[in-house]
Amino acid sequence: MAKPTLLQFTSSSIFCARANVHIDPWKPVDFAILTHAHSDHAKVGCKHYLAHKDSESILRLRLGENISLQTVNYGEQFSINGINFSLHPAGHVIGSAQIRVEHNGEVWVASGDYKLEDDHFCTPFEPVKCNTFITESTFGLPIYKWPSQNSIMNDIKEWWLQNQQQEKASVLMGYALGKMQRIIKNLQPFNDTPVYAHGAIYNVNERLRAAGFDLPYIPLVTNDIDKKMYKGALILATPSALNTSWMKKFTPYSTGYCSGWMAVRGAKNRRSVDRGFVLSDHADWSDLNRAVAETSAEKIFVTHGYTDTYARWLNEQGIEAAEVSTHYGNEEESIKEGVV
Amino acid sequence: MKRFTQLFLDLDRTTKTNEKVALLKAYFLTAPAEDKLWALALFTGRRPPRSFKTAQIHAWALEKANIPEWLYRESYNSVGDMAETIALLLPVAPSASDKTLSEWFHALAAMSRASDEEKKHFIFSAWEHFSPHQIFVFNKLIMGSFRIGVSQTLVVRAIAESVQQEPAIITHRIMGDWDPFKTTFHELIVHENVNDQFSRPYPFYLAYAVDGSVDTLGNAEDWFAEWKWDGIRAQVVVRNSELYIWSRGEELITDKFPELNVFLTLLPQGTVLDGEIVCFKDKKPMPFNVLQTRIGRKNVSKKILEEAPVVFIAYDLLELQGDDMRVKPQRERRAALEQLYAQNDHNVFKLSALLEFNSWDELKTLHTLSRANVAEGFMIKRKEATYRTGRKKGDWWKWKINPLSVDAVLIYAQKGHGRRTEFYSDYTFAVWDNDKLVPFAKAYSGLTDEEIRQVDHFVKQNTIEKFGPVRSVKPTLVFEIGFEGINASPRHKSGIAVRFPRMLRWRKDKPVEEADTLQNLRVLLNTVS
Repeated sequence: MAKPTLLQFTSSSIFCARANVHIDPWKPVDFAILTHAHSDHAKVGCKHYLAHKDSESILRLRLGENISLQTVNYGEQFSINGINFSLHPAGHVIGSAQIRVEHNGEVWVASGDYKLEDDHFCTPFEPVKCNTFITESTFGLPIYKWPSQNSIMNDIKEWWLQNQQQEKASVLMGYALGKMQRIIKNLQPFNDTPVYAHGAIYNVNERLRAAGFDLPYIPLVTNDIDKKMYKGALILATPSALNTSWMKKFTPYSTGYCSGWMAVRGAKNRRSVDRGFVLSDHADWSDLNRAVAETSAEKIFVTHGYTDTYARWLNEQGIEAAEVSTHYGNEEESIKEGVV
Repeated sequence: MKRFTQLFLDLDRTTKTNEKVALLKAYFLTAPAEDKLWALALFTGRRPPRSFKTAQIHAWALEKANIPEWLYRESYNSVGDMAETIALLLPVAPSASDKTLSEWFHALAAMSRASDEEKKHFIFSAWEHFSPHQIFVFNKLIMGSFRIGVSQTLVVRAIAESVQQEPAIITHRIMGDWDPFKTTFHELIVHENVNDQFSRPYPFYLAYAVDGSVDTLGNAEDWFAEWKWDGIRAQVVVRNSELYIWSRGEELITDKFPELNVFLTLLPQGTVLDGEIVCFKDKKPMPFNVLQTRIGRKNVSKKILEEAPVVFIAYDLLELQGDDMRVKPQRERRAALEQLYAQNDHNVFKLSALLEFNSWDELKTLHTLSRANVAEGFMIKRKEATYRTGRKKGDWWKWKINPLSVDAVLIYAQKGHGRRTEFYSDYTFAVWDNDKLVPFAKAYSGLTDEEIRQVDHFVKQNTIEKFGPVRSVKPTLVFEIGFEGINASPRHKSGIAVRFPRMLRWRKDKPVEEADTLQNLRVLLNTVS
C-alpha cells in the first residue's frame, strides 16, 4: 500500500492522518483546525476546534458558546503526534488563516479562502513557501480583475451622496462577516450621517467590538426608529434582506451590492439591484496566480470555484495541479448569509 | 461615446421605469443631434453596418488578451455575452477617446472597404483608448448585437417628452425603414415629411391573456371571437404603388413571402391590413414548424414555395383609401374588411372568420376544438373597441389553450446566459424508451430563482460527465414539461419535435421511473395531428 500523503482529501475534510487532524471538515470529527469562521468552512458538531485567536468571538457566536476551542497566534508553532502546524494570515476575513503542515521537511499549506489586497481590518495575506499548496479558485477566470479598494470605496461614497441628494436611503448589501467590517473601516469617518445595520451584521459587529476590535458602533435597524431617520442614511444589510418586507421601511431607497460577482453585468442584473460594487474578499485572477507563484509549490490542489479551469491553466503554465472535490464554496461568496 | 456609454451605464443601474425615462430624456435634451439619431437607431434595433467578421474580432481579442483559446471560451461561458467577455479580458487602457457616437459610426462605416490589416489596426487603437465600459459598448456596436435594457415604449416616451409631441406620433415616426446615414434627427422626429410615411406600418395592438375565465368580460354579445392563428402577425401596407409587409417585430419581411406580392395589384392604394401569415395547404393551416422552416432563409426556393406556401389571414383593417381607420369601432372596421375581402378575391387573401356564439358557455365548447382547427385558441375583441397602440388591457384578450404536457427527466444541464450565467439553468429533458432515456426537449424557463438554485446545486453534486459547458447528470429529477405543438421530426433522436417547451412544474413527488414514455409522446402526436 502506498504511504498516505501528508494531507489527504477525504469524504469529510482535508485530513492529516498522521496527526488525526481535520482541516475545515464538513462532517463532525474529533479534532478540527479551521481556516476561518464562514459557515462553509466552520461546521457545527466537532468535539474540539483549533483556530486563530481573532476567529474566536465569531466561532463561538456561530458554533456555540461552549465549544471546545483552542486558539493560536499567526506563526505560532505547535505539533500534534510529531506533525508541525502553524497558522498564517490569509487576508480573507478577520482571523482567517492558511494552515501550514510540516513533517520531515515536507510542507503543505491549506489556504482556505484568501485575498492579497490589504483590507485595513484583518491581517494582510502573507505568502508561505511550501511543496504543496491547496488553493481556492472562486474567481479563477481572467475576466475577474478587481479595481482597487480605494476606487470602489469612492464609487460607494459617490452613490451614497447621490442618494442623499435625492433623499433616498442607500441600502448596501454584502456578507455579514468580512465584507461589512471592511466597508465600515474604509468608508469612515461617517461624521453625522446616520448609518444602520441589519441584525445579522449588528450581531457580528458587536461581537467583534466586545472582543476588542476597533469598529465604530453601528445601531441596529429596529421598528421604533422614526422612518424619517433613514432619509439619506446608509443601511448595511445582508443579501438575504433583498426583496423582503424588512426593506419597506427605507422607501425610497437605492440598493447596492458588494461582491466580486458584480464584475459581470448579468450577475448584477439577475439580482435586480441598482448598483453592483466589485468588492471581493477572494483573490482575483492575477492575485491567484501571484499567490501560487509566491509559494514556490511544486504541486497545487484546487478545492473550489472554477476548479477544472484553474487546474488546467496551471498545468499549461508548467505547474502541476489537480482539482479536488470538497464542500467549500457552496455558499459562493455571498449568496446566502448563514443563520446568526 | 463617453456620454452614450454613461447613459448605458446609468440605465443599467436602475430598475425603475421612471428613472430610465428621465435618463433617456436628459440624453435626448442634451446630446448633439447626430448622436441622438444614432442612439435612437440603436434603441430601435437598427444595426450599424457590419464591417468586421466575428471570427476576426475573436482572433484580435485573443491576441490582445494573451490567453489560450479554451480559456477565452470558458470565460465566455461564464459571462454569456461576447462583447462583455472581451471588455473584461482586455488590458485596462489609461486614457479615454473623445470621439462622439456619430463620429464612431462614420469611422466604422469607412472601415467596410478597408483591408484586414487596416481593420485590425483600427480595432486595436479603439480598444487601447477606451475604458472597459466603453470597450463593452463599442464591441456591441461592431458585433452588431447592441441591445439595451429599455423597451421601445420607454424610448418613445422619453423622446416624446423631450420634443413635446404625442407618444403615438413618435412611435409612428420611428417605425419603418429609415437610415441614420441618410436622415437627421430633426427630419425624422421634429419635422414630419409626408413623402417618407408611405412605408410605415401602424403600431400593433397587442392583447393580454384572459384573466381566469371569459365570464368576467360581461355580456357575450358585446364581443367578437375568432381563432387565434399560429403564424407571424403582420401588416400588409399598400401605398403609393408599393407593397410593404411588416412583422410585429417591426421587420420588413416583404421579400420573404413572394406569394403575397399579389396584394400590390389586388388591394386599392392606401390600404393597411392587420393579420397573420400562416402556411396553408389543403384548405387548412399547417403547424407553425412548417412556417419556421422558411423564416430564417435568405432565398425562398421553389421547393419551399411548394411545400410551405403561405396565405395572409386578415384580422383587421387599419387604413382604407388612405384614411386611418383605427379610431373607428371594431364592428365598423370589420364590416369594411369583409367588404374589401368580398371585392378582392384571391387564394392568398383569407378572412379570419368570426365564430358564432350566443353565450360564453357556447364559446367554451368551441374552445375545445382549437387544436383540431390548428389554432392556438381564441382572440376576443370588444365590438366597440378602437384599434389601440401596444399591449393594452380591456378591449382585446387572447384565450389560449392549455399546453400539452408530459413528465420528463432532467439529463443534461448547461449554464444559462445573461442573467443566469452563474447557474446551470438550461436543461435537456428525456422520456423513457423501454429502459433508455431519449432526449426530446430543451427548456430553460418556468422555474423560480430559488428552484434554479436548487437544481444548480443538484447538478453540481450529481454530474456524471462534462462535455465542454454541458454536464450529464444522474437521472433523478422529474419536471412537467409543457409545449404548444407536437410534430413528427426525423431530425430529432426521439423522432418528435415540440414547440415552446418550458417547465410547468417540478414534480418532486414523482420518482424517475414514473416519468412519461416515448410511447406516450407518440400517442399525443397522433391525437393532436
